[in-house]
Amino acid sequence: MTIINHVPVLLVAIPIIASLLILAAGWYDRRFCYPIALITILSQFVASIAILLQVLDGGTIHYHLGNWAPPLGIELVIDSFNGFILVAILLLAAATIIYARRSVEKEIAPDKIVSFYVLFQLLVTGLVGMTITGDIFNLYVFLEISSIAAYTLIASSRKPHSYVASFNYLILGSIAAGFILLGIGNLYVATGTLNMAELAVMLPASYHLATIHSAFLFLMIGFSIKVAFFPLHLWLPDAYAESPSAVTVLISTVMAKVSVYALFRILFTVFTTAYIIDSFPVTGFILLMSTVAIVAGAVLAIAQEDLKRMLAYSSVSQIGYIMFALGVANEIALEGGLLHILGHAVMKGCLFMVAGMIIYRMGTSRLSDMKGLSKTMPISCAAFALAGASMIGIPPTIGFMSKYYLVLGAFEAGLWPYAAVLLIGSLLAAIYIWRFIEIAYFGDPHGADHNEEQTQTAEREGPLSMLAPMVGLAILCLLFGIFVEVLMQAVGPAALLLLGGA
Amino acid sequence: MMENVVIRTVSRLAVPFIQIFALYVIVHGASGAGGGFQGGVVFAASFILMIIAFGMANVRRRIDNRGIMWLSVIGIATYAGIGFLALLMAGNFLEYAAIEAALGIPHLHGILIDLVEAGIGIAVMASMVSIIYDIAGNGEESS
Repeated sequence: MTIINHVPVLLVAIPIIASLLILAAGWYDRRFCYPIALITILSQFVASIAILLQVLDGGTIHYHLGNWAPPLGIELVIDSFNGFILVAILLLAAATIIYARRSVEKEIAPDKIVSFYVLFQLLVTGLVGMTITGDIFNLYVFLEISSIAAYTLIASSRKPHSYVASFNYLILGSIAAGFILLGIGNLYVATGTLNMAELAVMLPASYHLATIHSAFLFLMIGFSIKVAFFPLHLWLPDAYAESPSAVTVLISTVMAKVSVYALFRILFTVFTTAYIIDSFPVTGFILLMSTVAIVAGAVLAIAQEDLKRMLAYSSVSQIGYIMFALGVANEIALEGGLLHILGHAVMKGCLFMVAGMIIYRMGTSRLSDMKGLSKTMPISCAAFALAGASMIGIPPTIGFMSKYYLVLGAFEAGLWPYAAVLLIGSLLAAIYIWRFIEIAYFGDPHGADHNEEQTQTAEREGPLSMLAPMVGLAILCLLFGIFVEVLMQAVGPAALLLLGGA
Repeated sequence: MMENVVIRTVSRLAVPFIQIFALYVIVHGASGAGGGFQGGVVFAASFILMIIAFGMANVRRRIDNRGIMWLSVIGIATYAGIGFLALLMAGNFLEYAAIEAALGIPHLHGILIDLVEAGIGIAVMASMVSIIYDIAGNGEESS
């Protein structure tokens, strides 16, 4: 047995130890906190790539905790689907932790920095745990770890309104967790097991039971709140707009994507397509709601006056695209949806980093204060334009590729009107992205009321440690789009796996 | 105050019994219903009773924030330490049988389970007490 066999458990165990180390080190010297968090998350990222390559090479990895076999014990499962998600979220977590250092110094009170890094590390741990666990109750425990860390992180900003945002999310998140727990309880009552693979085998016998239907609805509603699927998105804009920049980047990319992953996992692996399409047809409703989400999110985004709030509503719209893949539920659409999970994480991470950079330099995120910004912060604005192009879906970016697959999938399923909604969503995205571009590139700074003060505070770009991850992600938007074939090697098997093949 | 005499005397008598019961629940976790979480919560309940009866300042003198921090670190470190020990002994994470086989001591796994449960219990107790400090305290000396 070599160390590589134990990577699944180390991915969860090491960061928990690291969060304790950060806490202990913080009592002696606050400066030790950041390097520990940085090293841990970077090594998690490297380990996740190693494990994905191993999965693509040799098939699904099962790790039995305490060497107890699955129906009794808890197992960690890494297949091509969650291996892909794991690499995506740890890539974003690594970019965020690099970005976080300077941003945190500016936005968070010095005596809270220790607890910030502890919670940051715990949030990443919880999300990684949610991704790799093969046990549905284990999933709930990790969900709670990550949620509690997230509530606290959102409230760590210096703005008083962040407490309200955090409290809102706390209430809605707890309701969601309650629903999820009820659903898990019902599944356990009906089958007597909590292992996902075991559940998938035992559930078909009881597909007709009301217990299973209610379990499904509880889980569906609970995770829909967590992913902010349109009518249940009300916690999201405040939580994204009021939290510190680094936290916004982390929760809007990593946390949102893991919730989406959990929803996919429950719907496709635990309940399987036989249930959600034939036995309890729900995909049509999801498809309808996702189109509403795409349009409504984008329209609300256009109406915003604040950059971070605009991007937050754009997230609501983009979640609609991912749910659209779930609604169509054929192979091509799912490939598009999985690509969009990665693609949206990369581009939204980049856009929120730009917003954080503007807040770092100018202390504001109001769009009307950003006139002529491209002259003082050319690199940030260029990164925004590139990631924004990806958001709209201009080739050859990753945003184009994922939407292309989604539209192809919709055509294959014969859903022509729905495919048209995807294109309308892109046009609306073009409007809200263009608003920033127009203000930043063509706005006249001398027209602003307080341009003296503005030119003084916004003279130059932010520090390199914030610029580098931002530019890196912007370039990744482009590279992923051009070399989409490389990604498809992981996405293709993952989509097949979800549909029950492979 | 007169009514405090009753409360203080009763809690002075009750606290050791609550703590003994907590230890029983923790140790019982290896062979039956019970375990670190439940025992830790019961143990923390004894501290909560002390806070109600003797006041926050009194309890804080016995166990302050720094002590809480160390207890939770020690608790989780015990748990993770035994988990990693199993890895070193060529088993899976937390595979007690691997440690038992490697060291050649019969029935060692029972002791290891108790150690792990004790670690969990200490960590849970420390977190519960710290939550009470934060909720019931007036905000000073936090974090």
